[in-house]
Amino acid sequence: MAEKNSKLIMIVDDDPDYLFQLQFQIEKMGFEVVTAESQREAEQLIEKVKPDLAILDLMMENEDSGFILSHKFKRKYPDMPIIIATAVSSETGMSFGLNTDVERKWIKADLYLEKGIRPDQLHREIVKLLKL
Amino acid sequence: MESIDLLVVDDEPGIRSGIERILRNFTVSFPFIDEEISYNVIMAATGEEAIDIIKQKPPAIVLLDNKLPGIQGVDVLDYINSNVPNVLVMMITSYASLDLAVKATNIGAYDFVPKPFTPQELKTSVENITKHYLLRRMTRKLHREGKQVRFQFLTVLSHELKSPLNAVEGYLKMMQNKEAGDSIDGYMEFIDRSLARVKSMRGLIMDLLDLTHIESDKRSRTLREIDLTLVARTSVETMMPMAIQRDVTITLDADEPQVVLADSDDMEILFNNLISNAVKYNVSGGWVKCKVLREKSFVCICVSDSGIGIEQEDISKLFNEFTRIKNPMSKGVSGSGLGLSIVKRIAEMYGAEIKVESTPGKGSTFSIFIPVPSVDQLNEGI
Repeated sequence: MAEKNSKLIMIVDDDPDYLFQLQFQIEKMGFEVVTAESQREAEQLIEKVKPDLAILDLMMENEDSGFILSHKFKRKYPDMPIIIATAVSSETGMSFGLNTDVERKWIKADLYLEKGIRPDQLHREIVKLLKL
Repeated sequence: MESIDLLVVDDEPGIRSGIERILRNFTVSFPFIDEEISYNVIMAATGEEAIDIIKQKPPAIVLLDNKLPGIQGVDVLDYINSNVPNVLVMMITSYASLDLAVKATNIGAYDFVPKPFTPQELKTSVENITKHYLLRRMTRKLHREGKQVRFQFLTVLSHELKSPLNAVEGYLKMMQNKEAGDSIDGYMEFIDRSLARVKSMRGLIMDLLDLTHIESDKRSRTLREIDLTLVARTSVETMMPMAIQRDVTITLDADEPQVVLADSDDMEILFNNLISNAVKYNVSGGWVKCKVLREKSFVCICVSDSGIGIEQEDISKLFNEFTRIKNPMSKGVSGSGLGLSIVKRIAEMYGAEIKVESTPGKGSTFSIFIPVPSVDQLNEGI
C-alpha cells in the first residue's frame, strides 16, 4: 500500500519522542512525513513544502501554538486538512472540540484528536480527511 | 493618590458633617506604600441604611456609632463580621458607654474613638485603622501571589513529569502491538529512546530533591565555615566521567582555600549545576575552566566553557523554572530545566550576585560572587 498514496504529512510536536512515534506509524501507513519540533520551525518549514495534511500539537512555545499554526497554514493553503492533536484535556481538564459552529469558526482545524489514539483510528481519520 | 471609602454611621447630622469636614482634605502616607491615601466619606443615619450601603459596595472602613434609632451599632457590626469580614470597624461612642465599646472591640471592632473627640484625635484613629487596612490588604495580595506561583510551578511540573511517561508508554504500546515486526532487533531504537527518557526523568527528580532541600532548610539551615576550593574539587571529580564521555576537559584553577559561611550541600549543588551545564552544552574536544578566587570582599566562583553559548536575548530567561533554551545547538541535550533556577535560589539565599557572559558559538562564563563573612561573623560562627 506504500506506493499508491505518496501524500505528504507534516507533523509538528515539541516532544521528539512523540514526533518519532507518530512519524514511524504514519510512514508505516505509506505516507511521506516531514517534521518540525516547534512553532517557529513549522513556520519556516511551511515556506518550503506543501503538505497534503498537517498534524499539530497544541502547546509548544506558546500555549496556543497549534491554533496559531493552524490559522497561518489555512491562510496559506485553505484546502489543507489540519488535525490538532493534544493531551490538553486529559492534563488540564479543559475540554474543547469542534462540535459547535462557534468552535469550528474559532478553531481553524478540521479535526481535534486526543493524543494516544490507536494507529488504526488515526489512519482512518487521515484517509477520511484526504478523501482517499 | 488613592482614595478609600469610609462610611460614617451616626444619627446626629452634626457628627456626620463634622467627620466629613475633618476628613475631606486629610491624607495619610506610609513608608510601605507609594501613594498618598485620601478618604471618600459616605454617610448613613441609621443601621439599616448602613447595611444597604455595605451590601452595594463594602467600604474599607466604617466609623460606627452604637446608639442608633433602629437596629443598634453592634447589630451592624455583627452583620459586617459575618458577611464582609474584611471591612474594618471603628466604634464611635460616648464616654458613658466605654464598657460597651470595649465589648465591641472584643467581638470584632478594630478600635473605638470616644465622643466627643477633637479633629486630631479622629485623624490619629483614622490613620491607625487605615494603616491596618493597607497592611492587611498587602498581606492578602502577597499570599495570593505566593499561591499562584506555587500553582503554576505544580502545573508545569506535572506536565514535565507526564511527558516522559507518555513517551515511554507510547514505545511500550508500539512494542505491544508489534508495530515494528516480530524481531526484537527492530525495537532497539524504541528501547534506547525509552531509556533516555527514563534517565532524564530521574535527573528531574534529583533536581526536585535539590529544590526541596533548599526550600525546607531555609529556616533551619546551619552555616559553617567551608572551603569552596575543596567543594569545587569534589564537584569536578563528580563531573569527570560525564566530561570524559563527551570528550570535554575540565580544569580547576584554585590553589588557596577560600572560606565562606555556607551549607556544604548548597555549595555542592551550585558547583554541580554550573559544571554539568558547562560540560553538557559543550562541543566535542571542548574545555571547562573552573576558578575559585578572592575578589575584594567576595569569593568568586567562575565556570567558563568553550560551548555553544547563549544568545543575549535568552540570558534573562535562563534562570526561570523549566526554561530550556531551544535551538539547533542545544537539541539533543537533556535537562530538567531546573538547574539554573536552583543556582539562582541558592545565590539569592547567600546574597550572592550572578553574572553571565556569553558569545554564541564561542562559550559562556557564569560567575557567582559570594560575600565573604567578616571576622566577627566567623567568630560567632552564626
